[in-house]
Order: sequence, then structure tokens, then C-alpha cells
Amino acid sequence: MDYAASFALIAPELVLTIAGLGLLLICAWGGDKSAKLVSILACVALGGAFALVAPVVCSGASGPDTLAFGGLFAADAFAGFAKLLIFAASGAALVVAPRYFEKVATMRPEFAVLVVFAALGMSIMVSATNLITLYMGLELNSLAAYVLAAFLRNDERSGEAGLKYFVLGALASGILLYGMSLIYGFTGTVSFDGIHAALSSGLSTGALFGLIFVLAGLAFKISAVPFHMWTPDVYEGAPTPVTAFFASAPKVAAIALTARVAVEAFGSQVDAWRQVLIFAALASIVVGALGAIGQSNIKRLLAYSSINNVGFILIGLAAASVAGVSAMLVYLSIYVAMTIGSFVAVLMLRSEDGSYLDSIDDLAGLSTTRPVLAWCLMALMFSLAGIPPLFGFWGKFVVFQAAVEADLIWLAALGIAASVIGAFYYLKIVKVMFFDAPAGRATGNADTAHWALLAIATIFISPLGYAINGWLGWLADMAASGLFPAV
Amino acid sequence: MGGFPILSTMILVPLIGAIICLFLEAKAARSVALVITLINLALGIVLWLNYDIGGAQWQFAERADLFAGFQYALGIDGIALMLIMLSVFLMPICIGASWEAIKTRVGEYMAAFLLMETLMIGTFAAQDIFLFYIFFEAGLIPMYLIIGIWGGDNRIYASYKFFLYTLLGSVLMLIAMFWMVNVAGTSSIAALMQYDFAPEAQTWLWLAFFASFAVKMPMWPVHTWLPDAHVQAPTAGSVILAGVLLKLGGYGFIRFSLPMFPEASAQFAWLVFALSMIAVVVTSLIALVQHDMKKLIAYSSVAHMAIVTVGLFSFNVQGLEGSMIVMLSHGLVSGALFLCVGVIYDRLHTREIDRYGGLSINMPAYATLFLLFTMASIGLPGTSGFVGEFLSLAGIYQVSSTVAFVCTTGIILGAGYMLYLYRRVAFGEQKNADAAAMPDLTMREYALLTPIAAVVLWMGIYPESFLAPMRADIAALDARLARAAPAGDAMISFGEPVVDEAVIEEAPTTPDAAVEEAQ
Repeated sequence: MDYAASFALIAPELVLTIAGLGLLLICAWGGDKSAKLVSILACVALGGAFALVAPVVCSGASGPDTLAFGGLFAADAFAGFAKLLIFAASGAALVVAPRYFEKVATMRPEFAVLVVFAALGMSIMVSATNLITLYMGLELNSLAAYVLAAFLRNDERSGEAGLKYFVLGALASGILLYGMSLIYGFTGTVSFDGIHAALSSGLSTGALFGLIFVLAGLAFKISAVPFHMWTPDVYEGAPTPVTAFFASAPKVAAIALTARVAVEAFGSQVDAWRQVLIFAALASIVVGALGAIGQSNIKRLLAYSSINNVGFILIGLAAASVAGVSAMLVYLSIYVAMTIGSFVAVLMLRSEDGSYLDSIDDLAGLSTTRPVLAWCLMALMFSLAGIPPLFGFWGKFVVFQAAVEADLIWLAALGIAASVIGAFYYLKIVKVMFFDAPAGRATGNADTAHWALLAIATIFISPLGYAINGWLGWLADMAASGLFPAV
Repeated sequence: MGGFPILSTMILVPLIGAIICLFLEAKAARSVALVITLINLALGIVLWLNYDIGGAQWQFAERADLFAGFQYALGIDGIALMLIMLSVFLMPICIGASWEAIKTRVGEYMAAFLLMETLMIGTFAAQDIFLFYIFFEAGLIPMYLIIGIWGGDNRIYASYKFFLYTLLGSVLMLIAMFWMVNVAGTSSIAALMQYDFAPEAQTWLWLAFFASFAVKMPMWPVHTWLPDAHVQAPTAGSVILAGVLLKLGGYGFIRFSLPMFPEASAQFAWLVFALSMIAVVVTSLIALVQHDMKKLIAYSSVAHMAIVTVGLFSFNVQGLEGSMIVMLSHGLVSGALFLCVGVIYDRLHTREIDRYGGLSINMPAYATLFLLFTMASIGLPGTSGFVGEFLSLAGIYQVSSTVAFVCTTGIILGAGYMLYLYRRVAFGEQKNADAAAMPDLTMREYALLTPIAAVVLWMGIYPESFLAPMRADIAALDARLARAAPAGDAMISFGEPVVDEAVIEEAPTTPDAAVEEAQ
């Protein structure tokens, strides 16, 4: 395949690279004054990349035609599906950020540049068909993310979050690299197809260790239990728009990457990784649910909620079937909408003088002081809890359906029973907003951009979301089936 | 009916009403809610009048294929028809009961109730197993809000308990549904009712469904959410909870557990009987010592529901018909009793039985209606309660005379606590001046209680109106269950006496033949 075709396949990444570098120059010359311009241009770049990816997803592209640079990079429908979510979530983070930073500190233009580079890294991650590409994308994303976590450089908590994220992230990268080196050592190749072929004859102990290390490294990135400890601290400490970003886009990327590694590279040894995923899924659901109960900070609570949700997503992956991966993608789409919506709602909790609130007590009586916000947040909470007829139910529905079809009935039964524990703390938020006497703290106004994002997210997860369900399921099915070798 | 989608209309009308109410202020919201529920009642009457008794099993069917093999399929049989009628009949009464009692956030309150109506009708009309689940489970949200926002002092505890108990029960059912649909290859309830699952799988499926329906029912020992929820809910919330939501459990048994898993139902009948016997006796005794009127009626609900479960698992026509009538009757009677409590609660703001006394002196009309509902709850002949309890117990007697005996003691205890309640509230001397000064029923309260009283007497005197639409469906269910029906110990048989085939022995013709046979 010639280079021209390869470059055509990586057009979205090229757009982001050029945009990122160009915007960096604007930042350097323009200074803080250029913040608004840079943010808008970054949104445009993400939108452009989105538009370039969309046809790939709709056409359900897969197979050798989508491989660029001699099989280092796959621009198939599966990657495309994840990229759409990543770009949309990154764009949402850019939209909500300026207002927040202007209030808390100053809006510096590097924020938008970092988000673009992080999106680029994630985009490479989900397209990786080779361990080296994987690592490149992962590190590009992580390095941008470390800086983003510490973006409020005068704020101790933000700095702490950045440092924690960096130290633990570096550890996880080390574990991942070690696993990759073991895999390479025992299979003699770094391409996913090659690993698949090498492992189909059997799994040696060394390769098994490699597999476990790789999965552990990835589990850190998706904050699955037992590698979840950093999540609540980082989510709480990082500036809220950054938290919204962390909870959505990198999750999608890391989970899609895990799915690709599991299915494409280790697809011949399903039983080896399935038990790891089953444990991680159940542990995430339970720890995410129990950990959230005692929280008084809503960002921490949402951090545990994201751990909990990752558990459900991994159940879909553990099914190791087209239906399972498709369910995982559907769940991810709904999850992104719910997460962005919830964090936007948190960003809209402001006191009279405009400062930001993030304690659950501040929500007290929100249904009388700011009814529309309270109703939206209630819909989001019930959706996260998976109560029908909200759209979050459908995510759990397809995931558990796939698990039952894959004969993982016990996993499904335990997972769904544990989801009841999770319902408890979502109910707590609804209770505080609707049943408690008004605290009268969250009375400040929010701007139009926030309202618009919240409205989009709420409409998506409301029963109206089912209207696009057929289409969503169709896209996810196509994307997922491309991942599995045709039988 | 032509092609008019009446079921969808009945689901949609309250939903639209709910959305409108959300944006209205108190006065307008009340009127809109009342009009909407009356429209739905009218639609329900049209539905009943057009129901073809003895016609197709599933009528008014609607169907639209949606994504992922998921269907929007509606259709009702006689059993669903009766329960839908119960829902649409009670809804305007609930709105009326909240007319003055609810003063805060009226629009949201009315919206929650109309949403409940949508979901209840949807649950009874759903013909797709997942659609059923969505309607079944979605009812948690409005009910959680109704208890939590407009409930009594301890409302938060009660709302959590209600939500989490019922959610835990339901999610296991969802997994069982996935398995069934995966194996049977269809999510149509009508088709699944004819599908024969392997008996060993039925055991697990039955237990998963049981977990859900037993909580909804509620059966002892998972009934404890009910008294809390009832006591803390506003009057109309209690009416809808007792009147319709509890029926979801019974409807689930009759629609899912029994026809889909007949062998497992027979296998676990002992469990149902045991729990029901305990429930009848224990909760009746608990009801006897209550000081809170609503709690007393709540415990009596658990006892009545236990009669429903034994009737359902008697595997014969009398038991099944009796259970359905008990459900309908209990929906009306306990709803009316909660309204009666609401009437005096609105005046004195206490449910403490001891605070009242001698109400028959200053509230004679109230005392008369209250007496009628008390008697109906006890099961006095001529009221709806008698028909249902008599049929249920007649049905269960053919299976186990012991169970019938124990359950009958529940009826006697029921008479005990209800008459005791009535004596303390309506008779005796007027202990408290404020209770003695309470005015009799207002026109609004008459309008709420007299329709229920009329239907209670109608059902008691001429139950055929209510039994006729269900007869064919119950006969079909009985035929489906016949292969698994356990042998009874009562040995009742009707008609000409016949000698049991098994007893007749062919006389050996020759000694040699007898020897050969023995070998």
C-alpha cells in the first residue's frame, strides 16, 4: 500500500496533529489573549476530525483496506466509533472549560491545545494494531492528561491530582511496557495479528505473564478495580471540566483499546483473559458501588460511579462475542452522554457570587430553587442507576443480554444484583435534591453553553433516546463485527 | 373496534397529561389531572364494552417491530382487562383524594400520578416480555418520588426501602428473561406462555421471577417495605399502592410463573403455601396490635395477598378465579379503607386509633360507608370480599385441606382486627372533643367513596360480570397447568361417582397367565 493511501486513512489524525501544532504556535505568540480563539479553533479541528471519521463508521469499514502503514494502524469502523465518542467528549470539555477557568483563575490557551493532543493520542490508541502504536498513542494521551490534571497550577488539590496521576500513571505504563516486552519475547512479534497467530498454538507461561501485565496496565487506564485507587483523588482534585473530560474520552479510548487487544491480539486465548475481566468487572461494580456510598463530594461520587460503570462495560467485553463488543460500544455511547451531562450539571451548581460548588449538601432542595437543573440531574442519576425507561437502562440491557447469550449467567446475575447497591447512592442524590429542605446555596446562574450541553445529554438519555437506538445498535454491530475475524 | 389503537391511546393520554401538569400551577394541574383520568376511565369503559367475551385470547392487539428484535406489542386478555379497569377506576378517585390534602408542588404530584397510570396500563397491556419489564420497573421512579416528597415524617427511609427492595427483586427477573428469550427465540409473552422450558431450567427461572413478584406481592418475609411505604405515603399514594401496584405481583404469577413454568410452579407450591400460611396468621396477628390505622390496613393487605397466592397455586379453576376476584376486591376495598383513613386524617392529622372514638355519632354517613368496607374486607357475603375468598379457599381445599384450614383462620383473625378497629374508631364514647367535632363527609368525599361502594356490592352480588371476561383465559391457564397439577389430599370430585381406573384389576383368566404376568 502506498503512502498516499495511508495518509488518506489517517486524515483525522493529520487534522488534529496540524491543528495542535498550529494552535501551539498561536498560543506562543498570542498569549492568554488568544485563549478564546484557540478554543474555538480546537473545537473546529475536532469537528473536522469528527466529520472525517463519520463516513468510516457509517460504511462499517473493516478488513485489510483500512490498515495504514503496513498494518501499524487500523482506521476501521470500530476505531471510528470510539473516535466519534472521543471527539465529541473532547469538544464538550472545550465548550464548558472557558467559563470555569475564567472564574477560578485565567483561561489559558494551552488547555485547548492539550485537549487536542490528548484526543490525538486517544485516536491513535483506538486505531493501534501494533504494540508500538498502542504505546505511542497511550503515552501521548497520558502526558497531555497529566498536565491537564494539574492545570490550576496555583491550586494545591489540582497539583496533587496531577502528581498522583503522573506517578501512578508512570507505574502503569511501566507495567504495560513490561508486559509488552514479555509478549514480544515469547511470540517474537509486536503486531496484533502476529501475536494472535503465535498464541493460537498455545499459551506459554511467559506469554501468560505478559498478557496479565498488559491487561493490568490497561486496567489502570480504565480505572478498573483493583487499579482504581487514583480515580477518586484525581477526579476530585482536577478542575471540573478536566474531570468531565477524564471520565469520558480517555475511558472510551482505553476500553476500546482493551477490547482490541483482547480480541485481536489475544483472541485465540479467550479463556485466559476472560477470567481476569470477569474478576475486574465484578470487583469494579462492587467497589464502585460501596465506595460511593460514604462520599460527600459529588465529584468523588461520580468517580466511583465511573468505576462502577466500567464494571458493566467489562461484562460486555467478557462475553467475547460480537454482541458483547457491540453492547460495550452502545453502553459507552450512553455512558459518555450520562457522564458529560452529570459533570455539566455539577458545573452549573454555582453560588450567588458565581463560585463553584461540589458538595452533595449543596444540592439540598435543588428541586425548588432550580427545578429544571434538578429534573435533568434526576434523569441522569436514574439513568446511571439503570432504571427503565431511561436510556441508561438500555446500556445495561444489551450488556447483560450479551453476557447471558455467552452463557455467563452467573456473572450477569451477580453483576445485576450488585447494581442494586449502586442504585442506593444515585437515589441519595435524588433524595437530597427532592426530599430535603432547600439549602439555598446553589442559586447562581449558568450560561447558555452549559444549558445546551445539559439539554443534549438529558434528551439523549431520556426515553427519547430510544428513537435513535436502532441506528446506534446498527452502527455498533457493524463496528463490533469488523473486530472479529469473519467466520 | 376497527383499527383504533385504544391501548396505546390509554397509555399515551396520561403521559401527555403528566407533561402538561408539570408546567401548570396547582389549581389548573388538579383539573387537568382529573379530566385526563376521567377520559381514561371513559376509554376503559369503551374497552370493556368492546371486549369480545369468548373471542380471541388476545384482543386489541397492536404491534410494531423496533430495534434489536424488540417489539412494541400490546394486547389484553380478560385478566389484563380487569386489572386495567381497576387502574383506570381508581385513578380519578386518587386525584380526588389529593384535591385538598396535597398543597405543595401540586403540578409535579399530579404528573407523578398520571405517569403511574401510564406505566400501570402499560404493564398490564404489554405483550413483549421486555416491554413488560420496562413498564414494570419504571413505576419505581414516580412511586419513589410520591413517597419521598409528599410522604409523612419517616418518608425517606420508606422510599429507600420501597425502591431497593423492589429493584433487587426485579433485576434477577431480568436475567431470567434474557435466558428465556435466548432459548425460546422470541420475546412475545403469548408465545412464551406456550413454550415448554426444560423442567430443570424452570426451577431457576421460577425462583428468579419469584424473587421479583414475591417482593411486589408482597409475601412474607419480604413484605416489610409495605407497611413503611403505606404509612408514609400520602393517602392517594396508599390507594394506588394497595389498589394496583400490589396486583402487579399477582398478575406476574398468573401471567409468567404459572403458565411459563408449570412444573416448577408445582414443585415450589409447598414454598408458596408455607409462606402464605405464615403470612396469613402472622400478619393478621400483627395487624391486631397496631395503633396506626394505615399500618393495620397495610398488614391486612399482606394477609389478603397471601390468600391470593394460595389460590393461584391451587392449580384449579376455582382457586385462580378466586385469586383474581380477591385481587380486584382488595384493590377496591383496601383503597377505600385508605380513603376512609384519609378522610379523618385530613380533619385531625393523626392516624392514631386511640385519638378517635364514637365517630358514628358525629359522622354517621362516614361510619356507614366505613362499615361497608370493613365488612367487605372481612368477606361478608354480599360484598366482593366474600366471593373471592370463598372461591380461593374452595380451590385450595381441593389441594390441601391443611392449607385451607390455616388460611381460614386468617379470615377469622381478619374479622377480629377489622371489627376491633371499627369498634374503636366508630363506636364507644367520644373521647376527644376535637374528634367529636369533626364534620361528616363532604360532597367530594361522597363522590370518592360511593362509586367504590357500588362496585364492591356489584361484585359481591353479581360477580359474573367480572368473571365472564376472564373465564376463557383462566380455563386455558388451567388446561396448561393440568399436566403438572399436584394431587390433592381432599379427594373431592364432582358429578357421577366413578371407580378409579387404577383400582380396577383385570381378573386373570387362567392361573398360567397370572404367573406369567407376575414374572
